[in-house]
Amino acid sequence: MSRLASLLLLLAPLAALAHKPSDSYLHLTRDGNGFSGRWDVALKDLDEVLSLDAEGDGAITWGELRARQADVAGYVLARLALGADGAPCTLEPGSAARVVRHSDGAYAVLDFTARCPAGPAALDVDYTLLFDRDPQHRGIVRVANGSASETLVLSASKHTARVSLEGLSPWRRFGDMVVEGVKHIFAGLDHLLFLFALLLPSVLRRDADGRWVPVLAFGPAVKDVVKVVSAFTVAHSLTLSAAVLGFVSLPSRFVESAIAASVIAAALNNVFPVVRGTRWVAALALGLLHGFGFASTLADLELPGGSLAVTLLGFNVGVELGQLACVAAFLPLAFALRGSVLYRRALLVGGSAAIALVACVWLAERAFGVGLSFT
Amino acid sequence: MPRSRFVTHLAVGAVAVLSLRCGSNPPAAERVPFTPTSDAVVLEQVPATAGDARARERAALRRALAAQPEQLDLALRLARLDIEESRMRGDPRYLGRAQAALAPWWDAASPPPGVRLLRATILQSRHEFPAALTDLDAAVQEDPRNAQAWLTRAVVLGVRGEHAEAARSCAPLSALAGPLTAAVCEAQVKSLAGRSRQASALLTDALARGAPGPEAEAWALSTLAEAAARSGDTARAEKLFVRTLALDPGDAYTRAAYADLLLDAGRPREAATLVRGHTEDDNQLLRLVLAETALGSAEAAPLAAELAERYAASHLRGDGLHAREEARFALHVEKAPDRALTLARASWDVQREPWDVRLLLETALAAGKPEAAAPAVEYLQATGCEDPGLVALAERVRRSLP
Repeated sequence: MSRLASLLLLLAPLAALAHKPSDSYLHLTRDGNGFSGRWDVALKDLDEVLSLDAEGDGAITWGELRARQADVAGYVLARLALGADGAPCTLEPGSAARVVRHSDGAYAVLDFTARCPAGPAALDVDYTLLFDRDPQHRGIVRVANGSASETLVLSASKHTARVSLEGLSPWRRFGDMVVEGVKHIFAGLDHLLFLFALLLPSVLRRDADGRWVPVLAFGPAVKDVVKVVSAFTVAHSLTLSAAVLGFVSLPSRFVESAIAASVIAAALNNVFPVVRGTRWVAALALGLLHGFGFASTLADLELPGGSLAVTLLGFNVGVELGQLACVAAFLPLAFALRGSVLYRRALLVGGSAAIALVACVWLAERAFGVGLSFT
Repeated sequence: MPRSRFVTHLAVGAVAVLSLRCGSNPPAAERVPFTPTSDAVVLEQVPATAGDARARERAALRRALAAQPEQLDLALRLARLDIEESRMRGDPRYLGRAQAALAPWWDAASPPPGVRLLRATILQSRHEFPAALTDLDAAVQEDPRNAQAWLTRAVVLGVRGEHAEAARSCAPLSALAGPLTAAVCEAQVKSLAGRSRQASALLTDALARGAPGPEAEAWALSTLAEAAARSGDTARAEKLFVRTLALDPGDAYTRAAYADLLLDAGRPREAATLVRGHTEDDNQLLRLVLAETALGSAEAAPLAAELAERYAASHLRGDGLHAREEARFALHVEKAPDRALTLARASWDVQREPWDVRLLLETALAAGKPEAAAPAVEYLQATGCEDPGLVALAERVRRSLP
């Protein structure tokens, strides 16, 4: 940020931004048919509208605030309207004001209760505090119902909101994360290709002299696939949880490069077999690596507050469902084609080689920063 | 004017002293609601209406405007006082209040004379540069003799990287505000464009012919110090930063720039000493965190947590004003180069100062994605940047490309 100098009167307001602008923090917690509220409003803001500094000495004392607490509660609460399913709730100030410190100074803490007619399914919030005096003011409103919560940022141009209290459940959060997990599996081509490389041989087995022959029944093929996919899931769930909880952290460049290398290894093993028969072990080992990759996705999602356990479980379930969907589409088709030369030559060998090639490009990009981007 | 400045400096000083005690790092016990033990406990510092004539004037203007909000002359006067207050206290609340004073005309496509310059000043402080420039273009047409409008326009254009147009906006200042103002304006543009040696020469000449007052001198010295730093002349830059801060210890911009010089020179201990005690200001706190991190001190972690909390509070309200500073935080403190690159790109989308260029180059290198710095490399080439630090960084990026 450049500086506008002080030579002329208006110069240098650019530097002013290094301090926090005006926010208030309003917490509404579901309590029977109504809500219990706590509202933190900056004393600097209250002084501007109510002249709290009675002595005019530039210092607001506890005595000065205490003497005016009825005015403060009256002024502030008159600028909040809550409604339950269209019917207004009544706000009543609670016990004596308190004080709290946020990063930019002292705030008055106003406790209040809101009584609403019958248990609401949705809460309407209309917030008008301070917008007339400072259009840059923001109301940071958190509505909590049990362990779930939603945060709203209200401004002069958007000062009303409707919060669905039923939607505020851990189940919805769980559902959202499942969707994110599924999306990630389909968006992240590398995990899918890795899985395919492991699954391609699942409808075949090697005979005594090393040639691929089709398996006889669907049952063993399914069993084999279940082992591979479950091992992968267990492994990546472990590292994903460890990374998100902050137990382990690996540089993303290393993780992304290693994932690319794992895809190459899995694909090449189909063409030049080194590891035989124990593909679930490979899935387990390399799944540990992929978990770190999932963790960086999860970190990029800018998670709202809420239970981390619900988030993690939901995301893992979503990843698993996405994988199962791929398997469900792949396995019957592969089983039907398993006897053909097309499958054994073109798909298994050719497909694996193609996967390895794509993964080589990723590795070059990720590890050495070579820009060949066609992903 | 000098007298009132002295009074506000005293006030700012008082706030700074107070902030050491309770402002920037509130005791943990006061992070949860509490009831003070005595009526005499001081909770907060605000402008003293009893002793501060300006605070009284602002209060009177506000009352008059509340009764009749459409009185243009009162509104302009109040908005101007609020903007000045925001600058002296470093509190953006006053910019919001200035906007409130201009409310009847805030959304007007062609507001009455005088509104555009103030509106642009508020807009640019929120990094709404295109809107600010629209107003400034109109303001200089409306009143071509308004030196402030030309200067503000030059600075905003410079921040956006439009150096040629910025230089044209400096030209009228020579006749309107005197040769030193024009020289500082031009030198600032040259320095932003990567021609810091030329900027230094220009300013050295202008200063040799004398300054009209200590404020103009401080402004010129600070610009010169920054140009010297950008051109790689650390010893000269350091002497100039010290002189500027001696003239105006409340100059947060210069303090931060000096701290950056010390950090770059591998002298984090001195950088920490320089900014400690000024950490109410997020930018100074960032320098302190960078210094303590470089020193590996025990203080680093709690200070970093404090700064992360302030950035989180800013995100919560939907602001992205800290992208540049957060990129440095992500790169050097959190050691998260990918996140730092994302932030550096976000800053690059809005502004084009040397720090934005540098961060895009540095974060792209650190993230192992030198191709992401291509816009910065092209920009340096197009603007003909000669400053050694940036030129060397761009060269490193070029060598990392295939």
